[in-house]
Formats: sequence, structure tokens, C-alpha cells
Amino acid sequence: MALLEVKNLKTHFFTRNGVVKSVDGSSFSIEKGEILGIVGESGAGKSITGFSILGLIDSPGRIVEGEINFDGKDLIKLSENELQKIRGDEISMIFQDPQTSLNPVITIGEQMMEAILYHKKGVSKKAAYEACVEILKTVGLPAARKRMKSYPHQLSGGMKQRVVIAMALLNNPKLLIADEPTTALDVTIQAQILYLMKKLSQEFHSALILITHDIAVVSQLCDKIAVMYAGRIVEYGSKEDIIFNPLHPYTKGLIECLPKLNDEKKRLYQIPGIMPSLLGLPQGCYFKNRCEFSDDECDTYPLQQEINGRIVFCHKVK
Amino acid sequence: MLKYILNRLFHSVIVMFVISFIVFFIMFKAGDPVQLLLPPDATQQDVIEMRHALGIDQSFIKQYEAFLKNVAKGNLGNSFVYGQPALDVVFERLPATLELSVLAMIFSIIFGVPLGIIASIKPKAWYSKAIMFLSLSGISVPVFWTGMVLVLIFSVLLGWLPSSGRGEVYLFTSAFTWDGIKHLIMPVLTLSFFQLALILRLTRTGMMEVMMQDYIKLATAKGVPRRVVVYYHALKNSLIPLITVIGIQFGQLVAFTIVTETIFAWPGTGKLIIDSIQNLDRPIVVAYLLVISFIFVAINFIVDILYTFVDPRVRV
Repeated sequence: MALLEVKNLKTHFFTRNGVVKSVDGSSFSIEKGEILGIVGESGAGKSITGFSILGLIDSPGRIVEGEINFDGKDLIKLSENELQKIRGDEISMIFQDPQTSLNPVITIGEQMMEAILYHKKGVSKKAAYEACVEILKTVGLPAARKRMKSYPHQLSGGMKQRVVIAMALLNNPKLLIADEPTTALDVTIQAQILYLMKKLSQEFHSALILITHDIAVVSQLCDKIAVMYAGRIVEYGSKEDIIFNPLHPYTKGLIECLPKLNDEKKRLYQIPGIMPSLLGLPQGCYFKNRCEFSDDECDTYPLQQEINGRIVFCHKVK
Repeated sequence: MLKYILNRLFHSVIVMFVISFIVFFIMFKAGDPVQLLLPPDATQQDVIEMRHALGIDQSFIKQYEAFLKNVAKGNLGNSFVYGQPALDVVFERLPATLELSVLAMIFSIIFGVPLGIIASIKPKAWYSKAIMFLSLSGISVPVFWTGMVLVLIFSVLLGWLPSSGRGEVYLFTSAFTWDGIKHLIMPVLTLSFFQLALILRLTRTGMMEVMMQDYIKLATAKGVPRRVVVYYHALKNSLIPLITVIGIQFGQLVAFTIVTETIFAWPGTGKLIIDSIQNLDRPIVVAYLLVISFIFVAINFIVDILYTFVDPRVRV
């Protein structure tokens, strides 16, 4: 059985201007130790998918439908108290911007120890402290013991992200959700952090959901890839299939956008147009206005097709 | 740190020097206290003698010079009306005012902060709306009105609470005797009504802003209980602007209890200063304002020190 199985997840936001269907019927699953990449543009619903798993959707949003089966429990049916026990223990999360994801007025050490002390009853403060120092060493933070007493503003962005990663790994979670963990970092640090995450998820036998807009990143790290567009998954399959043989026109476009080493000098490909607003989605396929293959058939939303173990939503894929 | 304190002291001395000059000058121009002090049938001779005795027959510069010389010896002059050293008269009244302001501030914080937090967590709930409505009236209703309505209800109609005076005083305060407490309730409520509303609204705004931050979401994602997220992670961050305002407001409370003290005939400095201005009792007015400005300076200093405890990014 899969570690996490998300079925037909719908997370909608009930705003003054109408219902925003940020996630509208996503299904995917992840096995123990696997790395799943969720790729898409800003506003495609990637982060909301991640937050939905942990039940971190703030009003006016809520999960309206679906199942999130994790280790035999449906997370959507759990109470806030039960969820609180899972958060940071069995499932933990790494946020996009390390500059804002640590509390500025609490020491690194205290923020880290919280993750242990609220989950493992009976662990002494001293033992928790030592565990934090150990894990800070594991993520490669220099002068780990000294850093425990530091405040976030005394650390650089890369160091903070290492702290956040360390914090997420403290309780040896079964599942790690990383929401654009490298977007706010500069390129040299990005590679280090990504490599670290891959290494650690293997070491700790954690499954990893990597949310990113950077298809180059997923192509290096992931086992499986889900491509999201305007709140829905449009293509979902193994990394090899998606990267080397994309079927959906949007996925094709995304891969086309990547610069290639052996190419002649020419302008990079760009998918024409922009993603439609979630408040004004077109009838039928959401991608039809930007798609070179679209015709009348695309005025109805395509049904799910399964081709060699890969799932794709497109009328033009046969 | 020492350098900071010395710097602060130096600044406050300058501030107090400037204040003394301005007040001295205004009171000099305001009129002749002798006319008010002597009985109407006093002779010209009496007037001249009195003016000489008080030292106000000399030029402004001479008078101010004499004042500064006295200040250097720690003497702010004798009150024209009471005949006692002005500072003593002010200090004698100060406990009554401080007690009122401190209690009002404590009351406002104890109720304002939690109510503000409650109103921030679920802003659309009926109780949040009720709290916000009440706080709006707290901000808008003038102090003299609140005071008089309280007197009308609790003294005139119900007869539960005394409408004036301090009651029985023990160890400089009336908070230790039952009679004193009964006298305190209405003035403290009157004085804290506005402060409470202000602190409440400020807490609410600050909390709503902080609760949207990533680190609050991360704390929740870490499995920290909601209670701890709100009352520790979030509150600690919204304390910084709160402390600033509480500091300034406390100074205001001490300085401007005048209206409340007048309504409840509270024998504090507020009533003293009004009476002294009417009597043109310059030494009292100068001494009072110097004491108040010293309190302001001291509060600001304490607030600066508190910052360093609340926010590690602030260094003194």
C-alpha cells in the first residue's frame, strides 16, 4: 500500500469575488522512500496541495472533497488535535522562504526543540537539545552548538534553510513536503540544498514531495512527476516518461523551455499566453487558449486517460 | 550600555532645561499672583512688600537666574500659595495620581491584551464583533462623560460607590483598604476606558498581521499546539509595537489625569496643577512639569530596555 494516497482532492477558497478552485480534483500517490515532484506555474495549486495534506488551509479556504490516505488514516477526517500529533512528527514541511519561516524573536534552539518536545513525551530537554545539535551537524551547519543560541537574523539565508530542513527531519518523518525549498536561495546554494535533501531523505527513509516550478530540479531528483495547471493535474507519471516523452502539450512546452547544452544559439522557447485566472477559467480544457493543437473537441474538459501507467488529461493524446 | 545611559541622561537634562525655561516664561507673562494672594483691601505698600518677598519684582532674566541657582542646590522654590517647597507639594500629591494611573494601566493591559487576541483569532465571530464595537465606543466616548455616567449609575442611582475623594489611605495608597478600593473603582474605570480600547485594538491589529506570517504556519506545521502558537509565537512578535504605545500612554495617563481627578475630586497632581495655574503659583507649575517630564524620560528609558528583552534584533 502506498504511504500517501491523495484521491480527488478539492481545496476551494470562498472569496468575495467567487469560489477559487485552487486544487480541483488532484489524485496522486507516493510510496515509502520515493520522491514525487509537483511542477507547475505560480498559482497552479502546488503549494495548496502541500498545505492540504497537513490540514493547514486557512479560512476562507477549505477542503471540500477527497481523501488523503496516509498510513491507513484519512487525514481529512482527523480532528485538529489528531492532526497536530502527525504534523512535524510523521509528516513535516519545509517552506519556500527561509527568511520568513523562522520566528524572529525565538532562538533557533528553542524553535527546534519544540518539534521534539511536543511530540515525544518523556524526552528530557537536555536530550532534545543534544538531538538538535546532532541534526544541525548532519545538515552541515557550521558551529552547530553555537547556533542553537542564535536568533534567525544572525544566520544567512542558506543557513536558515538548513535549520528549517534540520527541523523537519528531527522526528524522522515518514513524509517530507518541501514547498519550493530553494526558490529564495541563490543558485550556488540551491544545488547544495537539493543534494542535501535527496541525501537526507534516503538516509532517513523518508518519502519526499518536492513542490517546484523548476522542471530542471525535478528532472534531477524525482522518481515521479505530477504536472499541475490551473488547479488540476494534467499529466502524472514516472520521471523518465514525463521528461523524455511528455504527452500533454503543456508538459511538452515546459520541457521545451529548458536550455539545452548542445543546442545552437537561439531564443528559448516560451509557452504563449499566461495561465488563466482561477476566477475566470475557460469552458472545457483550461489549457486550450495557449495550446497549438486545440480545436472544438477541447471545449469539454478531457477525461482521464491511462497510457502505459501514466495518467494524462488531453483530447489530443491517443 | 553605560554610554547609552549617560547619553540618555544628558538628553533628558537638556529637555528638562528647555521645559523649565518655557514654563517659567509663560508663567511670568501670565500675570501677577500677588493680586490673587492678597485680600482686596490690601494697600499698595503690602503689594510691594509681597512682590519683594516672593522675588517677582525683579526682571525676568534675574528671576530665571535665581531659579537656576536654586535648582543647582536642589531647590525649586517655595509655593506662593502654600508657602512650602514646591517639590514637596507636588510629591505629596504624586502618590494619588500614580496610584490611579498605574492601576488604570494594569487594568487596561490585563483586559485589553487578551480581548484583543480573542478578537484577532476569529475576526468574524459574533463575540469579536461585540468586542470591536465596545472598543470603538471606548475610543470615541470622552472621559468626562464616562466619569459622570458612572457617578450617575453607581453613586446616585444605586448608591454603591462613593463619588468623590480617596477614602482611607494606608502606605501612600488607598488600594490596601476596603474603603479606599471603593473610592478607586470608578476613577480607575474612567481612566482606563480609553486605554483599554486602544490597547485592545492595537493588540488585535498586531496579532492579525503576525498570524499571517510564514513562521506561524511553520510552527503549526511543526505540531506546536494552537494555544502555544497564539500566546507565545505570535504574541511575542506583536509585543514590540504594544510596549511602545503602552509606554507613551502611561506617561499620558500620569500627566493627564486632570479631567478624571476633577470629576472625582481626587486629591492628585492633576487637580493641583489646575488650581496652581489659576492661582499663578509659578513654582508649583514649574516643579510639576519638571517631574512629569522626568517621568516621561524614565518611561522611555524603560521601554528601550524592554525592547532588548522582547526583540533580539534590537541592541541598545
